[in-house]
Amino acid sequence: MPTILEVKDLKKNYGDFAAVKGITFDIKEGEIFSLLGPNGAGKTTTISMLSTLYAPTAGDATIAGHSVTKSPMDVRHAIGVVPQDLALYEDLSARENLTFWGQMYGLSGSSLKNRVEEVLGQIGLVDKAKDRVKTYSGGMKRRVNIGVGLLHKPKLLFMDEPTVGIDPQSRRAILDTVKDLNKQGMTVLYTTHYMEEAEELSNRVGIIDHGELIAIGTQKELTRQVGETETLLLHIGENEDPEALISALKGIDGVLEANAINHEISVITHSAADVMAPVVTKANERGIKIHSIDIREPNLEAVFLHLTGRALRD
Amino acid sequence: MLKTFLIGIKDVKLAFRDRAAIIFMLLAPFLLTLGMGLVTGRFSGNSSSGISDIPVVIVNLDDGELAEALVDVFYSEDLADLVEPSLGTSPDAARQMVEEDKVAAAIIIPGGFTASIIPPSEMGMIVYVGPRAIEIYANPTRPTSAGIIKSIVDEYLSYVEEGTVSGQTSIFQLMSSGRISPQNAEAAGQAMAERLQNAPNNEQLAITLNSSTADGEEIEFDVLAYLAPGMALMFLMYTVSYGGRSILAEKAQGTLPRLLVSPTNSTQILGGKVFGIYLTGVAQMLILIGATSLLFQLKWGDPLGVVLLVFAAVFGATGWGMIITALARTPAQVGSVGSATMLIFGILGGSFISLDQMPTYIQTISRITPNSWALDGFTTLALGGTLSNLSAPITALLTMGGVLFLASILLFGKKNLVQK
Repeated sequence: MPTILEVKDLKKNYGDFAAVKGITFDIKEGEIFSLLGPNGAGKTTTISMLSTLYAPTAGDATIAGHSVTKSPMDVRHAIGVVPQDLALYEDLSARENLTFWGQMYGLSGSSLKNRVEEVLGQIGLVDKAKDRVKTYSGGMKRRVNIGVGLLHKPKLLFMDEPTVGIDPQSRRAILDTVKDLNKQGMTVLYTTHYMEEAEELSNRVGIIDHGELIAIGTQKELTRQVGETETLLLHIGENEDPEALISALKGIDGVLEANAINHEISVITHSAADVMAPVVTKANERGIKIHSIDIREPNLEAVFLHLTGRALRD
Repeated sequence: MLKTFLIGIKDVKLAFRDRAAIIFMLLAPFLLTLGMGLVTGRFSGNSSSGISDIPVVIVNLDDGELAEALVDVFYSEDLADLVEPSLGTSPDAARQMVEEDKVAAAIIIPGGFTASIIPPSEMGMIVYVGPRAIEIYANPTRPTSAGIIKSIVDEYLSYVEEGTVSGQTSIFQLMSSGRISPQNAEAAGQAMAERLQNAPNNEQLAITLNSSTADGEEIEFDVLAYLAPGMALMFLMYTVSYGGRSILAEKAQGTLPRLLVSPTNSTQILGGKVFGIYLTGVAQMLILIGATSLLFQLKWGDPLGVVLLVFAAVFGATGWGMIITALARTPAQVGSVGSATMLIFGILGGSFISLDQMPTYIQTISRITPNSWALDGFTTLALGGTLSNLSAPITALLTMGGVLFLASILLFGKKNLVQK
């Protein structure tokens, strides 16, 4: 597959703060590539540079053969952008929004009209097309937000955390839409801090943290980095202190890592069965009540934990 | 260019779909005009503009009764609060007083004025003198006050003319005033009848009023013709700051960054936003002008002049909207500074109190406001002026807009549309 996006040592500084510290990766045509990382990792800044909104401090990227620094207008014709926050005119209807944005991408006449109707069908809003966007639910607005990015049939679609703050049903619809678009041949760069979304959608994943791309590959390639590990998830009571238990758990033979997120403690080990009994014993010794224990196979969360020592949602 | 136009049209659509904006752009100025019209008695025919002590110099070169009567009108108790008359002897000196802004207008009653209306009797014969025109030399910087003076003279002359052309009534008036004897009444009546018959469309009988400003402007006066544009212009400042706020609001709500990642350059986007502000302002002004014309029977004057003045006024005001936006950091800042500017410019520009009533230095400061220049222009038009009388306000407004646009472009260039 030919490369549609090639990023070389891309950097972005805000004064002394380095938001993106020289990342390099590429995306092949027809791929869904996810940038996975916690909030503030540099995902949106990276997309902003690739979509020509922000000029990079250093480095460059080419999209469909056009440099983002030297030929930004050519890049803009090739890409579609679905921003993290809704970027719509709420006092216009869905059809009016799509028409306006289509015009901004150079569509006109019957091709514009036909394309608007196609996209309305694609996002399932034909019946509500005349209603003002401000009357829509959050999920419907998200769908219009995505529809705007599809109007000119871009070669590469940037989707920046498109499921943040919406209900599970709308989230499901958006993930299905992304998969459908990909089946139709669209290349997608998808950013998220939800491990499950990256796992479900992506051909390849880049893990980004503190502005650095710390791992890249298919899910299998990434989990292999963690080794043959399993994760024990301990759910403790709201009034319990997880930190006291974590230090004790780290002393158990076979425990590779232990971390807490709110009242959920994750224990990474080569064998969950071997460490489960000592883990429960340590909790009992400290008077900490464990409500439930789950065993998880290696996943991207574990990869992130392994690579950074922190949970993805920290 | 097309994208600039499309962005502008989109903004106009959004502005007129915003209920709050419609209240401020259209309803508020309309209701305030209505309210002030009611307060000033415009709708009850008992109009009071709130203007007082208008300085006027009267030069009476006629020794007739009608000229004396006109002078008496200005010294009457009824007008004691409104005008502050003084008598002059030299027309040139009176005009000089106008040009030095010492008075709002000079009234020059020519010699033979009375005789032109009431034919004198000499040896039993009626001698026709022909109409003589009273000259009103008006101060162009005080169009409202000058308009009031003109309307007083006009009303007086209409009253006299009505009496003159009403045949027998006039003869009785002349006899009762002792200006003709009963023996001469018949001859006087015949002379008047002949003049009536010979006068095409009675034009020769019309008592002409040579009312012109130092620039030769025609003048009329309706208090609403001052109030309506005053309110419209004040709320025009709201509209331009609302439009300016939308630039920063689009940045905050993400549509501006989205535009910037589409194949649309910054110049097209900024141009479109400015075009949208301008179009909205023009639409607002034209709707208000149309509404007040239809509902209040307000005569705004020469339509071409009105339209061109609207274009110029909105251009000047948009310049202010842009500079406020360029200096502000947030939509809220534009909103608060815009509201303050609207009020300050409204006061300084004469929307509430006629500039004629303000100290000279305030009148000078007021020239930084588009309100002041545009209000002058609208008053000139309402008083009968035409496009040719609008060169000063239109030039000033276009210059103001141009300078402010340049400054705002420089400021926008420095801070950029998005932080890059």
